[in-house]
Amino acid sequence: MSSTIVSLPDQSTARIPKTNFITKENGLLSWLLTGDHKRIAVLYLISITFFFFIGGSLAGLIRLELLTPQSDLMATDTYNKVFTMHGVVMIFLFLVPSVPATLGNFLIPIMIGAKDLALPKINLLSWYLYVVGGILVIYTMVSGGVDTGWTFTTPLSTHYVNTNVMSTGLAVFIAGFSSIFTGLNFIVTIHKMRCPGMTWFRLPLFVWAHYAASILMVLGTPVLAIAIVLVALERTVGIGVFDPAKGGDPLLFQHLFWFYSHPAVYIMILPGFGVISETISTFSRKRVFGYTAVAFSSVAIAVFGFFVWAHHMFIMGISNYAVLVFSLLTMLVAVPSAIKIFNWTFTLYKGSITFETPMLYTFGFMGLFTIGGLTGVFLGASGTDIHLTETYFIVAHFHFVMVGGMLMAFLAGIHFWWPKITGRMYPEKISQLAAVVTFIGFNLTFFPQFILGTLGMPRRYAAYPPEFQVLNVFSTAGATILGVGYLLPILYLTWSLKYGEIAGSNPWQATGLEWQIQSPPLTENFIETPIMDHEAYDYEWLDRQKAKEVTSVG
Amino acid sequence: MDHISPVLWQFLVKWMTNFALFPPEASKIAPQMDALYFFMVLVSLVGLTLVALLITVFCILYSKERHPVAEQIEGSTLLEATWTIIPLGLFLVMFVWGALLYFRIYTPPANAMNIYVVGKQWMWKAEHPGGQHEINALHIPTGKPIQLTLISQDVFHSFSIPAFRVKREAIPGRYTSVWFEATTPGTYHLFCTQYCGTNHSAMIGEITVLTPDDYKKWLAESTSGMSLAQNGERLFASLSCNACHNAKPDARGPSLANVYGAKLALSNGGTAIADDAYLRESILNPSQHITQGYAPIMPTYQGQISEDGVIALVEYIKNLDSNYRIEQTLNTTDLLPEGDGKNSPAASRSVEQPAGQNAAPKGTVKQ
Repeated sequence: MSSTIVSLPDQSTARIPKTNFITKENGLLSWLLTGDHKRIAVLYLISITFFFFIGGSLAGLIRLELLTPQSDLMATDTYNKVFTMHGVVMIFLFLVPSVPATLGNFLIPIMIGAKDLALPKINLLSWYLYVVGGILVIYTMVSGGVDTGWTFTTPLSTHYVNTNVMSTGLAVFIAGFSSIFTGLNFIVTIHKMRCPGMTWFRLPLFVWAHYAASILMVLGTPVLAIAIVLVALERTVGIGVFDPAKGGDPLLFQHLFWFYSHPAVYIMILPGFGVISETISTFSRKRVFGYTAVAFSSVAIAVFGFFVWAHHMFIMGISNYAVLVFSLLTMLVAVPSAIKIFNWTFTLYKGSITFETPMLYTFGFMGLFTIGGLTGVFLGASGTDIHLTETYFIVAHFHFVMVGGMLMAFLAGIHFWWPKITGRMYPEKISQLAAVVTFIGFNLTFFPQFILGTLGMPRRYAAYPPEFQVLNVFSTAGATILGVGYLLPILYLTWSLKYGEIAGSNPWQATGLEWQIQSPPLTENFIETPIMDHEAYDYEWLDRQKAKEVTSVG
Repeated sequence: MDHISPVLWQFLVKWMTNFALFPPEASKIAPQMDALYFFMVLVSLVGLTLVALLITVFCILYSKERHPVAEQIEGSTLLEATWTIIPLGLFLVMFVWGALLYFRIYTPPANAMNIYVVGKQWMWKAEHPGGQHEINALHIPTGKPIQLTLISQDVFHSFSIPAFRVKREAIPGRYTSVWFEATTPGTYHLFCTQYCGTNHSAMIGEITVLTPDDYKKWLAESTSGMSLAQNGERLFASLSCNACHNAKPDARGPSLANVYGAKLALSNGGTAIADDAYLRESILNPSQHITQGYAPIMPTYQGQISEDGVIALVEYIKNLDSNYRIEQTLNTTDLLPEGDGKNSPAASRSVEQPAGQNAAPKGTVKQ
């Protein structure tokens, strides 16, 4: 019995289908003016990878500076700009669009049996908005940067810094609309464009997760836009909404900002949950354990996620009773995540498990997200939050969730659907190595930061007391390994575009509708509208299909 | 080790063995917080081990070689209820335990000694009731509850003492407070933990915890000759507050004696407790806080008094239990030599003195 489920067509005769969404039309314009969700997903993939490497290089600079206790590699002002740009680029230009705008864009219409998203031109518009936002961020960087921190805290951002707050704010504002349009498009598509037989409870969990994330995008992002407009007005004409000298309230900004930025972490992580549900089912050949619980826990996270924002403000002098309420709700929002972790774990039970690269990233995700989630409880409990907030404990916590969780899920998804998107396999051995290297590098980078935070080392410090150095050196060493872990996929995935093995339509023997069509898919996805007559993750249905094919060919 | 130079080896050994892994516990609340912290570490380790163990065991038992055909299982309500209710219960325990700590840390006892702290880019200024001033330093005794009343002069700052496990934001335009009781003499880190601009990482200092005897010595050595309330009194006179707040029968402002902590009837029909925040607000924004029976004629002092000045005034009013001194000042104002007002604290309010804590000339008010 082989230890893999990969089933590729005979390489000597297999060909990439002549007609597919990549070859349909040629020329740059056919890409830049396309309405095809798959082409837009590819455009997104290229652009977010570009910004990921900018953000990653900035992270490298941060870790280099923190190698020594003194602020010696760069001036403190430069350091402040570097970590601000790292945050802005990674959050608004990488994490928020990462899975939804690439994999979500590519797969949601196919998974629900539709030809495209409901609003193809709005989809293209949202990519252009993203690009404009990205260009503004690059403009900000080359014209001197900005040093407010990605949180734009007032009154620092309105009255005390002379850097490019306006262009950064505009960039985030515009990129925010890109995300609103994506979310809107997904909601309309999932409601109106499901193929016959595709009931809500036959949807792949990937679609459920994106639906929940889309609600957050559509309802949360406008509040961020409002907060940014108010900062801009305060900075330019001094309307005084946040200025205590004019009767304004500086805490109001915190409320507005976190009303978006807390749900934003679920915008980032929910699509990752979707990816994990797909990979864990495929590589253990089993229906996801407790499909309904996993589906509804996504929705529960989206709903509760809106009512926990003030846990970012426990030490800011909000009322003690508000702290009680928000701390309690924070504990409640932790429960659906715990449910998911256990449901995924029990999906493995009595499965038939193989260990291809997407599955390795999935295991990495489960371990690191568990740590990230549990340390979130340390911060949600109001008493320990006092000691741990604003230190490296916070930095470690959200990197475990965002990088250990989301980035692992993103890489799992990219490897999983790479054969579908490109029609070719990535090289298996080296990518398994990359997954392991990433996991080791990640832990070495961010685990010491939990200890640093417990010791009290504040975040956003260019210089620190010398007794913190050893742990910082470990962290920087880990970042080097992590950098290798991220460079490898870029190299071998690019290589595989030309030299990878021909994947065929269903290399993983997966059940989703996307695996029943050719790779890469046709522009219109399906030759005829599919009819869904089975549940999601129905591997017995897949076996029957295969048996039928064999008999009809034979 | 003969291929490593002995000097380098010694350096490495020293370096690797001299780093901190856990912060000192130097306050009464610290062991209580650590108890919850280690409880949560324990729960996390158990949870993580459980997940890791299950994944490993399933991967071994149900790998494709051993278990070629998967058995389809829908789910299990019983199991799912278990892993909903047990985490929920544990999280609720942490919530209650954490909330108890939170209320303890942010509810100062009535007998706490109050020290004012003003944050500004990029320094901490502490004002002791006895008139001692410190910059980026704080001297406190063991065994006595200390309350800090914090405010920022510009952006958000955050006053963090990891060894005490306490932290509080200093916010522009409002007082916040935190308290602690130090237990172990020593020197501990003070950090600003809220990002506040260019020199954020230089906005650090030292907390010096002294035995009560040493603290008395320090107080005597560091006095500026005038208490904080006395500074406030001079400011009160030089801003001519006593022209109205003088308790005379025809006074245009209410008497301030014993006003601190009192419940006031306001002209808009509401009531207010005259605490630090109320006193500060009614100096800077008087038209919003008119006591019943008085005309809204008090001018605003917004922009005219620094936060340090407001603190001195508040401290003065807090300690004002009769109008005797006000009347005295009022009666002697006419007798003051010409030009004395120019040397008053109000005139020197904009002068910054970022000097060390004890370097100021005696008898002047540092702002």
